[in-house]
Amino acid sequence: MGKRGSAPAGRGGGASGRGSSRRGPARSPRGRAGWTPWLYLAPALVVLAALLLYPIYQLGLISFLEYTQAQVSGGEPTTFQGFGNYAALFGDGQFWQVLGATVAFAAACVVTTLAVGCALAVLLTRVRALPRLALMLAALGAWATPAITGSTVWVFLFDPDYGPVNRLLGLGDFSWTYGRYSAFALVLLEVVWCSFPFVMVTVYAGIRAIPGEVLEAAALDGASQWKIWRSVMAPMLRPILVVVTIQSIIWDFKVFTQIYVMTGGGGIAGQNLVLNVYAYQKAFASSQYSLGSAIGVVMLLILLAVTLVYLRLMRRQGEEL
Amino acid sequence: MSAVEVPSGVTAGATGEVSGGRSGRRRFRIRRPWRLLAEASALLIAVVVAFPLYWMVLSAFKPAGEVQSTEAKPWTLSPSLDSFRRVFAQEDFGRYFLNSLLVAGSVVVLSALIAFLAATAVTRFRFRFRTTLLIMFLVAQMVPVEALTIPLFFLMRDFGQLNTLGSLILPHLAFSLPFAVWMLRGFVKAVPEALEEAAYLDGASRTRFLWQILFPLVFPGLVATSVFSFISTWNDFLFAKTFLISDVSQSTLPMALLVFFKPDENDWGGIMAASTVMTVPVLVFFVLVQRRLVSGLGGAVKD
Repeated sequence: MGKRGSAPAGRGGGASGRGSSRRGPARSPRGRAGWTPWLYLAPALVVLAALLLYPIYQLGLISFLEYTQAQVSGGEPTTFQGFGNYAALFGDGQFWQVLGATVAFAAACVVTTLAVGCALAVLLTRVRALPRLALMLAALGAWATPAITGSTVWVFLFDPDYGPVNRLLGLGDFSWTYGRYSAFALVLLEVVWCSFPFVMVTVYAGIRAIPGEVLEAAALDGASQWKIWRSVMAPMLRPILVVVTIQSIIWDFKVFTQIYVMTGGGGIAGQNLVLNVYAYQKAFASSQYSLGSAIGVVMLLILLAVTLVYLRLMRRQGEEL
Repeated sequence: MSAVEVPSGVTAGATGEVSGGRSGRRRFRIRRPWRLLAEASALLIAVVVAFPLYWMVLSAFKPAGEVQSTEAKPWTLSPSLDSFRRVFAQEDFGRYFLNSLLVAGSVVVLSALIAFLAATAVTRFRFRFRTTLLIMFLVAQMVPVEALTIPLFFLMRDFGQLNTLGSLILPHLAFSLPFAVWMLRGFVKAVPEALEEAAYLDGASRTRFLWQILFPLVFPGLVATSVFSFISTWNDFLFAKTFLISDVSQSTLPMALLVFFKPDENDWGGIMAASTVMTVPVLVFFVLVQRRLVSGLGGAVKD
């Protein structure tokens, strides 16, 4: 380790040109640089190993076992199932339906969040300080609202009997949570409401960092607003757009509280289930812990794939870790 | 160099709002009616976005008859504290609140300290597996917390942690660490290396530099990071629901909220009042920290 420490930065992903990173270990006493970082890292690594890595291992393990209430209480021995749970899962029509719903719902949330966030970020650059402050404050409020209270408030807003929205739209006692698509639409609205501020603030900061001369030159050349956004701003904002897109995908794929609270645990007859809630219901409502774990593993793999794409995109942009 | 940097620094900061607006106008040469239209729509959108929060607070203050009324009015002429009374009159409400504060507070402090050490290690040192570790911190952020509820449940059971606040603190600590490390990296990096060299030349030990020089400098970043761990812990609903099965005295706020959902008729006044009580601390935290957040991020950007 000490040997590596004294010949640094070689593989650090384009770090070779950075003087500061080279100087680090050269300046410090060689012998100590070897274990000091690990000493600093120790608490974090212990916590992560015990409460993240080990549970992931357990999750994988349980997904290969027969593990129901009988095994939990110790009444029956646990038996190895191999891919039995996965076979049962993939043979179940409901799983595919839930998977499809999860992907479609997450996609709709991501697209809407990004569209709203970007549009409002551009709008923020066009207005004077007061309207901008108003919009920023409102967005911060939505951002800070806990998922569970946001969910209850939105359900109440769309309540068939007492909600102001139905009254305003003249929908009478139309129940939003009764139909499958209207329930998903309601959850989508809440998710977009609480997640667009992150996109808006980040993209707005990105736009502000673009030199004014570039935009001025484009405007002088007679480019339309749309053209400026598409050909000048969007390419310059690409790194930021990648970050917010990936973050949104990961968040919206994992939506749990909103679905659970707003549709009462997955909707009528499970019509609004997404993978996360589905796994939870399988495990804790019907005590099929191994099936729930198998669903968890599927989710983990999907998100891992998204992460790998993210890492590749970051590498391509030459971002140093 | 600094002459170039100062204006951009000012525009990035909070004080640059006005000058930014002016340069924006010059930049785009938007004609007056269009700008007025844009401002009107910005204000309208702000109202729409703020409306759910307004409605929450309003409904919390409405008397019972008006909340459960088919003619929902956007104002009330006779505000009442009845709903709040029902919330606070719950047997253990004060305890729920304290439990929530205790859990979120512990996670914030612990994750800040642990993440600070880890971020220092990965930014100030070059060592084997550094890049691998960084990628692991990134990947760890993607792990679906909810999927791990099942193994964590058994882990907590085996260690006798079910029904204790520790069963909430420990997992949240683990889940907020990777992001905290990732975000703090930028703040630690922003502290000039020359400062570290000067400290060593003056005879400071590594530990002394770490806690007496680096820590205060990175503190704004720690605060900014802690917002995120605070929010994710405070908002937790799943772990509280799953790990605190029988011991009601260990419950946190979300449980106090769910009490008002009843199979026959929801007590909307109570729900909205409890939601308000739960949202206010987060908003306060945001407001308190916002300054630090801006200056901290500004510091990180100037690097």
